[in-house]
This record gives sequence, structure tokens and C-alpha cells, in this order.
Amino acid sequence: MDWNRTLAKQVVDLPRSGIREFFDLVTGSKDIISLGVGEPDFVTPWNIREAAITSLEKGHTTYTSNYGLESLRRAIAKYVEGFFHISYNPIGEILPTVGVSEAIDLALRCLINPGDEVLYHEPCYVSYAPSVLLAYGTPKPVETSIDDLFALNPAKLEAAITPRTKVLMLNFPTNPTGSIAPLETLQEIARICIKHDLFVLTDEIYSELRYDGVPHTSIASLPGMKERTLLLHGFSKAFAMTGFRLGYACGPSELIEQMMKIHSYTMICPTITSQEAAIEALQNGTPAMQEMRDSYHMRRDYIVKRFNDMGMDCHLPGGAFYTFPSIKRFGLSSKDFAMRLLKEQKVAAVPGTAFGPCGEGYLRCCYATAFELLETACDKMEKFCDSLR
Amino acid sequence: MLDMTCTRGSMGILMTEEALLKILETDARLSDQQIADRLGVSVAEVAAERATLEQEGRIVGYQTIVNDDNEGVSAFIEVKCTPERGGGFDRLAERLSRFDEVRSCYLMSGGFDLLVQVDASDLLSVARFVSEKLASLPGVLSTATHFRLKTYKLNGLHFTEEPSHQRISVAP
Repeated sequence: MDWNRTLAKQVVDLPRSGIREFFDLVTGSKDIISLGVGEPDFVTPWNIREAAITSLEKGHTTYTSNYGLESLRRAIAKYVEGFFHISYNPIGEILPTVGVSEAIDLALRCLINPGDEVLYHEPCYVSYAPSVLLAYGTPKPVETSIDDLFALNPAKLEAAITPRTKVLMLNFPTNPTGSIAPLETLQEIARICIKHDLFVLTDEIYSELRYDGVPHTSIASLPGMKERTLLLHGFSKAFAMTGFRLGYACGPSELIEQMMKIHSYTMICPTITSQEAAIEALQNGTPAMQEMRDSYHMRRDYIVKRFNDMGMDCHLPGGAFYTFPSIKRFGLSSKDFAMRLLKEQKVAAVPGTAFGPCGEGYLRCCYATAFELLETACDKMEKFCDSLR
Repeated sequence: MLDMTCTRGSMGILMTEEALLKILETDARLSDQQIADRLGVSVAEVAAERATLEQEGRIVGYQTIVNDDNEGVSAFIEVKCTPERGGGFDRLAERLSRFDEVRSCYLMSGGFDLLVQVDASDLLSVARFVSEKLASLPGVLSTATHFRLKTYKLNGLHFTEEPSHQRISVAP
């Protein structure tokens, strides 16, 4: 087989995820403490698992509507109205998807014509640029920096806009930096989007996991934004349901209808078991979610203090469950630092460059890890930092 | 704008009895220093709070949870008794609790009055305890003894849990 001719160039040219490369290294090593995971360390709360079991017991093993269960969409609409203060019609404005990842893919394919430019802030989640490329768009990262605590700087955003710019992707709280966008910044971004007629995809998967005491605001809730924003959310992080693979998109019916078209051909619907478990999460999952959030909060404070004490400059991230400490003072690249840390102390942390070139000089350390392991990991990292001095 | 310092004690609002007890109930071996690090408060604050809770009797002791299913026998005994004028069931319950064989003793609502857990080396020892010591106490009307066959969960801990499912070590 001549694979050069057989495989699609578009896909072959797609870079491998930097995180994937690191994963292969870690998988081959033993007795590693990993701060490299991107998911909760909690098992899905029992009442939600029990709802999934009940769904199977009742023999609910069929397809659902391409739009998902209406009962799920009604529960989503109620939850979104209560949490984000935005009302969406469960008929036509909400689409349950297989994780937020599917929703991003659908939305980009529905919005992008070849060559259209998509802006997003970097360092960012690893799928954004590849998803844009697969939709034949042009990814245009806007760098963020510690000076703005990794929130998108509106002036830098406006400077990156060209006549081909069509979409802006946002992710606050951010994977990998844990950063949040202050309300004034969001308002300024909204003003720019309206001025330049940009459409916004806002991935707010970590929105419940905020520790700064400020209620979460979605850009979709700002004046004039609902009509030009697709709000993406899901169950993976706040409800510890990563393996259920369930997310949803809320937005203008014109876009949702087109997304549903692709979804109906490629995915049909998310698993009915996950959909029924998600209803339980939305209706009765908040107390367990708050308990998990409090636990992350405690671990965030602990790890940030330890990092600063050992000489890694680490800002206090407002949300998600990641810290993004700087390792610049040690004179090693992110990748070398991470490799040596893995080899010498058996602690895995992801090089910041896996999330974009401007992540150079940083590491992503996830603190959704048992406290005892965090303590040991910090002790080992401290030893490693001391050895570099 | 740039805040590089950790907000020491940002969990201060949570440094309550509840927060300390929750941590100790999960792992009583943690040192005051470890607890202080987790709560973002000083060691002195933890020590003071712990001392207060001990003095108040909220913290009664620190023990290890042992799986003793395969050693000796354990019985749960339902005891019906006559309450005393003025003292209710307290005096009898306290007297009963003094026996070394009694591991726990509760006053219950429902069809009986006291639930007594008794640990002994064998069935005969339990039978002797019930007939010779427990049933003969003034005020005890009747007993019903149930033997433990297997423990599934104790103090929130599962005894028969399968090895936990592992997350993949690096994920986006």
C-alpha cells in the first residue's frame, strides 16, 4: 500500500499532541507520581452512577433523538439558567454531544469556510488548533502571559483581528493555566467581538471549579453576546464524569440545527446511559460537586505555596485544577525540566509547550491528585529544584 | 495586578471545627504540621483547635480500624430494660459499658432500648457474658444476640473493595 498516496494529507500533516509524546514516556516508567492527568481523582458520585445502573436495569439501551433526551435538555436549560443566568430553549437551542470535544468539532465545521481565521488564547487545550485545521480553518493563537495572569489581553486580541477572522475561542477557567478572565476583561472582549462581528465559542467546562470567591460569568450572558456565542459545557470536570463522555452546546438555533445535522450523521446521539446519569447530576449532583470543589481548593492552596517556597514562581490560579508554575529561573527548557524531573524523581508534569509555544518556561501540574501523593510529589520536586541550584 | 504570593490562609474561613474534624476522621495520623499545610493556617492554630476539641470531648480518641473478621467473634445484642426514675437508661448503660467485652453501646429508638456490641474470643464467651453478666444486671428485661458474619463497611471504610480503577497517567 502506498500510504503517502492513501492517507489524507490534511491528517498526516496534523502535529501529534505534545501531551501524547509525554504520555508514551510516562507509560513506560514505573512508580511514577503523575501530576499530568487532566481529570478529577474522584470517582463519579454514587447517586449518578446509581442512575446509570438504573437506566441499564430498566433496559434503556436504545438510540435517543439526535438532539438527545428532551428530559436531559430541559434539565440542562434549568441548570444553565440557574448557574450562568442565560435562558436557552430546550427545543432547538441545546445539543447534547459526546463531550465538549465533539461540540467544538461540530461548531467549527459549521462556522468555518476554508481559510477563515479562528482566534484563541494560548497556552490552551491541545485540541483547539487541530480542530480548526480539520475544519479547513486557519488557527491564530493570541499569546497570553503571566503579566495578565494568562487571561486574554483585549488589546492583543484586537491587534490579531484581520478581515478573515470569524471566530474567537475562549476557555475560562483555562486548561492548562487555571486562569480566569476578570469581568472587565470579558466585557472588553465582548465589545471587540461585537465591533468586529466575531462569533464566540466559549468552552466553560471548568466553570464550577472556581476558588476566587467570584461568581462565574459567561461571556454569553453579557449584553448583545447571546446571539453570537455558543456556550460549551459538560459533566466531565465538575461532576467527575470524564468517562461518561457527555457535554452540551447552547446557542442560536440556526447554528445548533446545522451542528445537529453533522452530529446525526457522525454520532447519532450520546450514550443513553450517560444522558440519564447526567440528569441525576444536574438535579441532585451539586452537593457532591461542591465537596469536590472544596477539596480541590485546599489542594490548590497547598501546592501553590509549596511551589513558591521551592523557588518555582507560581501564580494562584482562580479555577480548574491546574497550576502553571514558571521554571524559568532554573535555566532549563520546559521539556528538559519535565524529562529530568521524571527520570530523577519519578514525578510527571506536562511541559508547558504541549499547550503552545508560549508555554515555554512553564509546567502544567494538575492537583486533582490524592493529598498524600501531592505532598510526596512536592517533596520530590523540591529536592529536584535544590539539585538544580 | 500580578499576584505571585500565595494567599496564606485563604482557606482560613474553612479552618473550623468541621474542617479539622473532617481531615482527622479521614486520617488521624496526620501531624499538626501536615494539617496546617493543608488548611493554609499555622501549626499553632491547629494545635489549639485540636486541644479545644479534645477538652470538649468532641475528639474522644484516635484509633486504628482493624479488619478483625477472622479473629474471635463479635455480637450485636439488643437489650430491653426498665428505665430508672430520674436517670432513664443512663446508669444501666454506663454500668454495662464498663465491661471490657463491650466495644460499643448505644441507646436506641424502636423495639429495644440498648444496642451493645460485644467482642470475645469465641461463641461460648459471648454466651457466658450475656447470661452471667448482662442478663443478670438489675433492670435488664431481655436480650437478643446477633452474631456478626462479615464486615462490609466500618466508619465509612469499605472492607471488601476491589483494587481501585487507575486513571491513565497523562491526559490532556
